[in-house]
Amino acid sequence: MKKTFVLAALLTAFASGATAQDKPKVDPATLEAVTKAMWPKVPEGWEKRVSFDETQKQCSEHRNEPPGAVFDQIKAREIATVKFPADGNVLGDWKSGIRIANDGRGGTFTDRPMTNGANCYACHQLDLAQLSYGTLGPSLHLYGKNRGFKPEEAKATYAKIYNAMSVMPCSMMPRFGYHNFLTEQQMKDVTALLFDPESPVNK
Amino acid sequence: MLKRGKRAWFSWALAASLAGGALAQAPQPIDTEKELEKYRAMINDPMSNPGYLNVDRGEVLWSTKRGAKNVSLETCDLGQGPGKLEGAFAKLPRFFEDVGKVMDLEQRLFWCMQKIQELDTADIVRRRFGGPGRFSDMEDLVAFIANKSNGMKFEVPLAHPKEKEAFAIGEVLFHRRSDFMDFSCATCHAEDGRRIRLQGLPNLIKPGKAVQETMGSWPTYRVSQSQTRTMQHRLWDCYRQMRTPEPIYLSDGLTALTLFLVKQAEGGEIQVPSIKR
Ligand code: HEC
Ligand code: HEC
Repeated sequence: MKKTFVLAALLTAFASGATAQDKPKVDPATLEAVTKAMWPKVPEGWEKRVSFDETQKQCSEHRNEPPGAVFDQIKAREIATVKFPADGNVLGDWKSGIRIANDGRGGTFTDRPMTNGANCYACHQLDLAQLSYGTLGPSLHLYGKNRGFKPEEAKATYAKIYNAMSVMPCSMMPRFGYHNFLTEQQMKDVTALLFDPESPVNK
Repeated sequence: MLKRGKRAWFSWALAASLAGGALAQAPQPIDTEKELEKYRAMINDPMSNPGYLNVDRGEVLWSTKRGAKNVSLETCDLGQGPGKLEGAFAKLPRFFEDVGKVMDLEQRLFWCMQKIQELDTADIVRRRFGGPGRFSDMEDLVAFIANKSNGMKFEVPLAHPKEKEAFAIGEVLFHRRSDFMDFSCATCHAEDGRRIRLQGLPNLIKPGKAVQETMGSWPTYRVSQSQTRTMQHRLWDCYRQMRTPEPIYLSDGLTALTLFLVKQAEGGEIQVPSIKR
């Protein structure tokens, strides 16, 4: 008796998993109303933030696996947003970069306005000294070294940090420059963290 | 991230015993079973789990006459009939005929406070999350009521069309990327064995042990905050990390997400209030 119950519970558990897979349909107007009620107004000072753009919409809809045509569309759209430093120099100060990469503060509704941290370590291993790193993204240890410290690689990495989806549509990695989450100088500094031969990332 | 409050002494004992659950870097697998047993004994022991202070306060609040009507909550119907608490939490969120919508435990309690007691609910909302020197009636009531489902398993058949709809909305919200960081819940909770810094991230979309243990352990006494927290607070905190604006307490989207998660956790056993980091 009890066994059958457990078995039944298990079966339902799996069945519900299956339903989750084949995206249940939700009326867009209902969804709009629900999200509107969760966030009825834009907080003061947040007016310039992107809350939900076309790329986010497409990635959500396709569960981050966009079909070919959508993939290409997103990529083109995101590449068009990337702005390089005017003087073409993408390398800042790696020492400041390490601070920025470690800083996870800023940008939440409980934070006062402040300079945001990038929190790269939340998702990436970078150097061997920092043991508190996450695993949502690949290890970046020896990143610049493995790319021969080539200037065009550094430039591509700056673009990656500026807008991760210009390289990999629907990447889990935030679009730091696109959202103005990081400043140009901050992005140069973390690029240097990856590309300076003296940086612990390359040791 | 971890605030070393006065209860910090708890966290390391816990870290050692949470091997099966939240902690990614589990210590050596020495006697995991024994450690878990100790942990279970501890969360069930009102003397060592501060969450039971909330349970006790919640019990008093449930039967205290309050509000303009000066009555208690004892006639409040949480889905199993007026005043019936055993097993109610295991079947929430659910559709309520009298309101015509799906509600989680907190929404339902709030509704009962308004309709049955005519209580000053602005004050309830102000104190929705407890802090130093400020108790939350909601955290207390949820701890008390959820505890009455201990040993039971989540059961949400999604029988009503509104429940099906809420589940579907929850599933979409789980995958909805937005705001400053392009995050969705799936960014952090859709794969096994990932971590952010050193915090393990439970996979919440794969039915099975991880999501069952997660959902079966809320409300929980959070050592890092010295407070007992409910799922409303957990979702509030995850949206905070996602850099969205503050989601409105008791909004239907949070209930839809909770229903989605509880459905993923179906069959999981409830043991609350638990203790966590
Ligand atoms: C929320 C998680 C997250 C954060 C935060 C994050 N990343 Fe990433 N990153 C990823 C993921 C996932 C990938 C792999 C997918 C891809 O290439 O987009 C990635 C890929 C990369 C790559 C390309 C790796 C390769 O194999 O070429 C670089 C470079 C990178 N990240 C740098 C950074 C830097 C620098 C920061 C901080 C400014 C950062 N990331 C912050 C998740 C993150
Ligand atoms: C940027 C990363 C991130 C995002 C995005 C995120 N979470 Fe979390 N979540 C976390 C972290 C970190 C924890 C805490 C883990 C710990 O304390 O061990 C957590 C914990 C949880 C827990 C409790 C886990 C437990 O073991 O008790 C639930 C439930 C949860 N999240 C649900 C969600 C939902 C639903 C969303 C989307 C609305 C979401 N999360 C978005 C990082 C995230």
